[in-house]
Amino acid sequence: MKPPRFEYHAPSTVEEACELLGSLEDAKVLAGGQSLIPLLNFRLAQPAHLVDINRLPGLDAIYERDGGVAVQALARQAAVEDSEVAAHVCPLLTAAVRLVAHRVIRNRGTVCGSIAHADPASELPAVLLALGGHVIGRSARGDRIIDAGDLFKGVFETALAADELLVEAWFPASSGAFAIVEESRRHGDFALAGAVRASGRLALFGVAPTPVLADPANPGRGLQPSGDLEATPEFRLHLVRVLTERVFAA
Amino acid sequence: MKVNGSLHAPPLDPRRLLSDHLRHDLGLTGTHVGCEHGVCGCCTVLLDGEPVRSCLMLAVQAEGHEVSTVEGLAAAGAPLHPVQQAFHECQGLQCGFCTPGFLMSVVGLLAQHPDPTPEQVEEAIAGNLCRCTGYASIRRAVHRAAELSGK
Repeated sequence: MKPPRFEYHAPSTVEEACELLGSLEDAKVLAGGQSLIPLLNFRLAQPAHLVDINRLPGLDAIYERDGGVAVQALARQAAVEDSEVAAHVCPLLTAAVRLVAHRVIRNRGTVCGSIAHADPASELPAVLLALGGHVIGRSARGDRIIDAGDLFKGVFETALAADELLVEAWFPASSGAFAIVEESRRHGDFALAGAVRASGRLALFGVAPTPVLADPANPGRGLQPSGDLEATPEFRLHLVRVLTERVFAA
Repeated sequence: MKVNGSLHAPPLDPRRLLSDHLRHDLGLTGTHVGCEHGVCGCCTVLLDGEPVRSCLMLAVQAEGHEVSTVEGLAAAGAPLHPVQQAFHECQGLQCGFCTPGFLMSVVGLLAQHPDPTPEQVEEAIAGNLCRCTGYASIRRAVHRAAELSGK
């Protein structure tokens, strides 16, 4: 077996899922699994319990709400990519989803999962931040709205509590000019650096432990990106300048 | 779960990946396993008609769903599936290791776009790695498969 030992739970209602998350020690939510299963296969993640939410009914809607588009926990990235509502209300989201991995991955991966996973190089958290959207965390205690600005706490870390299930992400309409560009070694790879523009707001990803809002006039200020085999910190700062120019030229 | 039309019990251990379940428990070794973290595309199968990575799913998650593997494309001795026929005609394979994944990705593409544009073809196969052919003949094979499927 590649994954480490875990106890598998497949709740059939959201209430049951929230109860499990509230009562189990060291539980992880399994949605699309396109990030979590590789982490299990490599044994980088070793949760005691997996709560598989794929059998929860009526949690895959993509709909217009409060002048934006709401994406529920089990809406696959491919469904958001093909959604007319998303394309109409928030074309920035449609453009961003197309940059996430490959279509076959998007057939399974979820938008809410990408946000809850909070990979610093991931596109969708940065889009949520640039637009000033929010997520809804549900627990036995009730629903809690968490603004994007308060959500991302560190590498793979969010403000969601252990007993909270991210049931919905809300993206405001991308009404003004928008663009998302990224630089990666190969198509579909994680970005070395990326920039999202929503009107006058700029969010960067891949250059800090979380996505960050930046000043378009001086996007690299205060940033200390890490270096790795693929890019040095200096190269990432160079990309920040170039990508910012590109999103504001678009 | 249904695999290529026949019913199978799910594995007892929830840790079993769908790819390993197909290969080791059901003996369907046509589904290949390369990187085991979703990058290479070799293990692509259809889940309810949509291509997915079988190495990025637990087999128990396929319970109640229909899985199609490369073995389900054409019965032994029967004429090849149009996508297989096209890869054969256009030499869209060399060593063949990546081929099952390409075939399943392309079957999924043609179900959604029966007459795909070159851009749609590239997007659909971008998630499958081939280290022998260099992709040009694979691209040709996908367009040929669309022709053969349309007949």
